[in-house]
Amino acid sequence: MGGYNRALSLSGSPGLAADQVLRRLTCLPTPGSVSSCSSWSPPGLPAGARRWRAEGRASQAETLVGRGRGGGGAGALGSPRRTAAMEQAPPDPERQLQPAPLEPLGCPDAGLGAAVGKEAAGAGEEDSGVDTMPHNNFWLKKIEISVSEAEKRTGRNAMNMQETYTAYLIETRSVEHTDGQSVLTDSLWRRYSEFELLRNYLLVYYPHIVVPPLPEKRAEFVWHKLSADNMDPDFVERRRIGLENFLLRIASHPILCRDKIFYLFLTQEGNWKETVNETGFQLKADSRLKALNATFRVKNPDKRFTDLKHYSDELQSVISHLLRVRARVADRLYGVYKVHGNYGRVFSEWSAIEKEMGDGLQSAGHHMDVYASSIDDILEDEEHYADQLKEYLFYAEALRAVCRKHELMQYDLEMAAQDLASKKQQCEELATGTVRTFSLKGMTTKLFGQETPEQREARIKVLEEQINEGEQQLKSKNLEGREFVKNAWADIERFKEQKNRDLKEALISYAVMQISMCKKGIQVWTNAKECFSKM
Amino acid sequence: MGTLGGAGLAAAVAASRPRTLGMEGERRASQARSSGLPAGGADGDSPGGSAPFPGSSGSSALLQAEVLDLEEDEDDLEVFSKDASLMDMNSFSPMMPTSPLSMINQIKFEDEPDLKDLFITVDEPESHVTTIETFITYRIITKTSRGEFDSSEFEVRRRYQDFLWLKGKLEEAHPTLIIPPLPEKFIVKGMVERFNDDFIETRRKALHKFLNRIADHPTLTFNEDFKIFLTAQAWELSSHKKQGPGLLSRMGQTVRAVASSMRGVKNRPEEFMEMNNFIELFSQKINLIDKISQRIYKEEREYFDEMKEYGPIHILWSASEEDLVDTLKDVASCIDRCCKATEKRMSGLSEALLPVVHEYVLYSEMLMGVMKRRDQIQAELDSKVEALTYKKTDTDLLPEEIGKLEDKMECANNALKADWERWKQNMQNDIKLAFTDMAEENIHYYEQCLATWESFLTSQTNLHLEETSEDKP
Repeated sequence: MGGYNRALSLSGSPGLAADQVLRRLTCLPTPGSVSSCSSWSPPGLPAGARRWRAEGRASQAETLVGRGRGGGGAGALGSPRRTAAMEQAPPDPERQLQPAPLEPLGCPDAGLGAAVGKEAAGAGEEDSGVDTMPHNNFWLKKIEISVSEAEKRTGRNAMNMQETYTAYLIETRSVEHTDGQSVLTDSLWRRYSEFELLRNYLLVYYPHIVVPPLPEKRAEFVWHKLSADNMDPDFVERRRIGLENFLLRIASHPILCRDKIFYLFLTQEGNWKETVNETGFQLKADSRLKALNATFRVKNPDKRFTDLKHYSDELQSVISHLLRVRARVADRLYGVYKVHGNYGRVFSEWSAIEKEMGDGLQSAGHHMDVYASSIDDILEDEEHYADQLKEYLFYAEALRAVCRKHELMQYDLEMAAQDLASKKQQCEELATGTVRTFSLKGMTTKLFGQETPEQREARIKVLEEQINEGEQQLKSKNLEGREFVKNAWADIERFKEQKNRDLKEALISYAVMQISMCKKGIQVWTNAKECFSKM
Repeated sequence: MGTLGGAGLAAAVAASRPRTLGMEGERRASQARSSGLPAGGADGDSPGGSAPFPGSSGSSALLQAEVLDLEEDEDDLEVFSKDASLMDMNSFSPMMPTSPLSMINQIKFEDEPDLKDLFITVDEPESHVTTIETFITYRIITKTSRGEFDSSEFEVRRRYQDFLWLKGKLEEAHPTLIIPPLPEKFIVKGMVERFNDDFIETRRKALHKFLNRIADHPTLTFNEDFKIFLTAQAWELSSHKKQGPGLLSRMGQTVRAVASSMRGVKNRPEEFMEMNNFIELFSQKINLIDKISQRIYKEEREYFDEMKEYGPIHILWSASEEDLVDTLKDVASCIDRCCKATEKRMSGLSEALLPVVHEYVLYSEMLMGVMKRRDQIQAELDSKVEALTYKKTDTDLLPEEIGKLEDKMECANNALKADWERWKQNMQNDIKLAFTDMAEENIHYYEQCLATWESFLTSQTNLHLEETSEDKP
């Protein structure tokens, strides 16, 4: 499997999306050409063939994350699924053009870190310096990330039993702007479970971000030809592409790309797992039960999040449905094509006894064979289209995760407010002597005698302290909540634009695939017709 | 003859006359034998009997016919226009296949003008219920200019049994001619109801083909039983049927035939050995092709069924996506249009390819029967010769009998040889046409889908051009 080089940078503009589509549309396959201008480049192409960089745009220091594509097209296009990362600040061409040395690890740029830390504040992280990456130099350089190979390995698992798994080679290259050469800076092997670990970590530390999803663990929505076996080479190949896509999405996200753990994932092979676990992120994760509880009990969630939740449910349901039907359609189409292959065999046998018709039959039979075998490539291309849709199917869950976090925070806030209100009331009652709220202490004193004024004073004082504390907490929770909503919504807007671009692109690429299939069909049947008419 | 000749000329010009293939032999024959001006054209619209043709002459040589063509132009034109309506089978048989493809199926382009003088259509299946049974009858309309027919137009109703009877009589009269096949009695697999609409329609088309093939056959077209079949009223036909060898005797014949045909194989001449080999292989291959073609139809149908669901999902999706509404709806409509194209492809397949292939499956069975009958005559001859050689029985009458049998054998062999050549030629044409049609259907299907998706892409491009030009300051 060749390497697919990816260009990556932090800057870009949404307006490029239109350009991308336009240029993709101009790379329609010519009649008779076998390769289709599909979103996924066929495997086995030399590494150099898929170098997508912003030719002609270098001066603007804008690069889109590219993905290898069949067909021509300008370098700036890669997968339009790759959003140009949205930089909050406009790109600084100077900085990007200079290849700067990488900052050594462990020297967090406190200033920048703090600034970025504010973004992460919604997660409640105060010690952001540890988790965010010094972003000044590394990310402003153009880098390319590729998951270039997959390898079957055996090893021993936690229970010291032999297991077989697939490992993926991740290569990171930094691209020198001036001469266009890329230098391999890092290369390491990771398995799927490590990707999962990375993602779970990101989910905990960036709850306001719609975290890109991983490709499916097991093959779903298969039609009969594909095996559901995780070791099947086609599945492994598609998963490799999916994992690369995952990394590129993170790398092109303005906030996630700065995460140190992500950086280490790409650069530090050994000990990475331990480093992640040391962050203690599992402990910080909200329990499922708590989240569920909050969902049911929250009284005033932001309406936008409620709507978003409904949207994500609809998205999930409609894409699942579409993928299921598509799989069935693919299955049937396969049948139609393959049965024609039988003609080839019978025609050739029949031609043996025919004097005049023999030649025509024989050559027509050959074309039937060509027709029958053409479906394999066609459906493989379509599988990649299905993968594009699947990504957004899984994104629906990421959206829901953000909504859940909001509900949790909101619920927390509501509980805190409720608690404060009740304490205030208690205090008031104690001070004025009226008992309107039930308290155990109050009951017992009633039953067993009044408390002394000193005792009452002490209690009021405690309550007042608690109320003060509570008010502080409520204030900060409110602030947190608002920050969260603001940041989350910003990311959701970014996500929406990305989704619209990507899905549109996917649908267009589907049309391109269909066109290619039709052209192939016309060619084969025209040839066959000629043979038949010569019989 | 003249008007039909004129009609033929005009038809050659129009190049879309429905008629069955392979008419060289009988065309010449019918030219030689058919007579005078058919008034059938003139009163073609009135069913039932009409006055015999005015000015029909007893016989006309080929030359005379052509001369008539040239002289009576005006009449030709007039009658031609009426004949055109005659020839356009659609006018009196709405159930005739109207697609150009199926009509082209029936055309053979020849240099000489067509001189067909017997036009048959089978249509209007009707169900009849009696106390004992339910059966279907088909209306058979015959229009002809032949003198030996009492009238120029006939309309009768026949049921499948009658067709079977006709076939049996033809086989009896011409044991070594290749009689066209009849559609099967019933198709076991997949048949739920004997009188299901598709089944009836398929059968009707096959029966139509059957009668027309007989009409086009140089010898069979003049068979007396054929004429009676086409013209007799119901009671006439049943009384005629009762004449002739009874069922039991015919059954006895077949048992003997099977036994004796085995002997006939031994002395089969070389050319018939070759023929037999061909028949066996051909039968194998055509059966396979029949199965493959049926399977393709089935797969296409299932593909169509799934596709029907595919488009609407995109519409459903568009309901929750504000920015993608148009794109999704366009995709949905493209898919629906492709769906329709696939339906059309399916129906093309079932009209152009499947019936032809299936007919030749039945033909291949027929051919094996012909071979057997030839072998049986051979066996009879050989056994008599053997008897003479070894003087086993009374040999006085043998030489005479042998003489007769030798004549019979020679006739049978010659008839078969000639018919074989004709059949092979027809087969080649029919198969070639059927597969060319299938290829054409597929090309058309892909062209339609291509156009659909290309216009979708263009609209998306235009959309983006608009948007980007709006973005520019």
